Amino acid sequence: MASTIRIRAVSSGDTTEVQALVQHPMDSGFVKDAQGNLIPPHYIQVVEFEHAGKAVFTAYWGPAVSKDPYIKFSFKGAQKGDDLTVSWVDNKGATDSLVGKIQ
Amino acid sequence: MRRAVSLALALFCLAAPPASAADTVNPKADFKAFRDYFTKRFPNVPLNDFVNGPYSMDAELRKQWVEIDAFPPYQFALDKGKQMFDTPFPNGKTYGDCFPNKGIGIRQNYPFFDAKSGEVITLDVALNQCRQANGEEPFDYTKDDMAALTAYMAYTSRGKLFDIKIPNDRRALAAYQKGEEYFYTRRGQLNFSCASCHVQSPGDHIRTEVLAPALGIVAALPIYRSEWGGMGTTSRRLITCNSQVRGVPLKPEDELYRDVEYYLSYMSNGLPISGPGARP
Repeated sequence: MASTIRIRAVSSGDTTEVQALVQHPMDSGFVKDAQGNLIPPHYIQVVEFEHAGKAVFTAYWGPAVSKDPYIKFSFKGAQKGDDLTVSWVDNKGATDSLVGKIQ
Repeated sequence: MRRAVSLALALFCLAAPPASAADTVNPKADFKAFRDYFTKRFPNVPLNDFVNGPYSMDAELRKQWVEIDAFPPYQFALDKGKQMFDTPFPNGKTYGDCFPNKGIGIRQNYPFFDAKSGEVITLDVALNQCRQANGEEPFDYTKDDMAALTAYMAYTSRGKLFDIKIPNDRRALAAYQKGEEYFYTRRGQLNFSCASCHVQSPGDHIRTEVLAPALGIVAALPIYRSEWGGMGTTSRRLITCNSQVRGVPLKPEDELYRDVEYYLSYMSNGLPISGPGARP
């Protein structure tokens, strides 16, 4: 199974710019399917980016975030070649993580 | 003297055999008129940029797209398409075996006119024919698997120039003409033709959307549309167009839809494939 996460982290000396894309339905729980039944809520609650054992970015997401969400942020203190770990947990307890290299 | 000449001309015209429908179709002249219309109307848009649709028309939108395209939303579909393409069927054959050059870098030659069946064959139809020839169920023509496969095949063809041929075959010309007619015919409660938006009004807004020019509009397909929250094929795009003007859409890959794609692709000859695309 291919990962649900794509990450690209590029260091420009001082700061590292991170972009990530997560594949997830992000169902809000308010949308009905073709038969008129409510699609149960299914969304990511926490996304975390870790560098050298320390969280550099944490997001608490909810039902208002779009399907297949995209994130972009930057942080200081990382070197080229360092690992950056992304992980998410959704409201059904499912989780995925990925380790990316900073370029 | 002058009278004699015009009389001779009139006699000549009378003597000419009555033109049949197919004789009046002139794709080459259409192509030139179509291209000239867009290049004259948008002199500041480089020819190869028309394939970028609304982004060729609107600088602000383009800025957003450049950022989006650095990390494109069709990435998941592309990865899935490549995996599907490389995975053999149970009989050991692959999609590549159904296509020239193993299916790599061939998007620009589709759709083509198939002399055997007398119909226009699009890449999507060719893919399902390939599946059926290998004992597989055909895919839905609008999204998901079909969009993933065509996304990958378009990706391997990026930058290759559209090279659509209309053979000197009455049926091919008829298909082209039907496609052209469909494109310019008004329909639906709003009484719009495809051309009302994409020839008459490219660059204008419909609500928040910037309309794409018809020139090169097929080069970016399949597309990830934010509005759909997912990928869509040429069929999905045409169905959406039809329903947006409150018309009745045809079936995916209906003969007429294939003819429209044939017409539009021929009009885009010489422009580079840019698919898969990302659109608002």
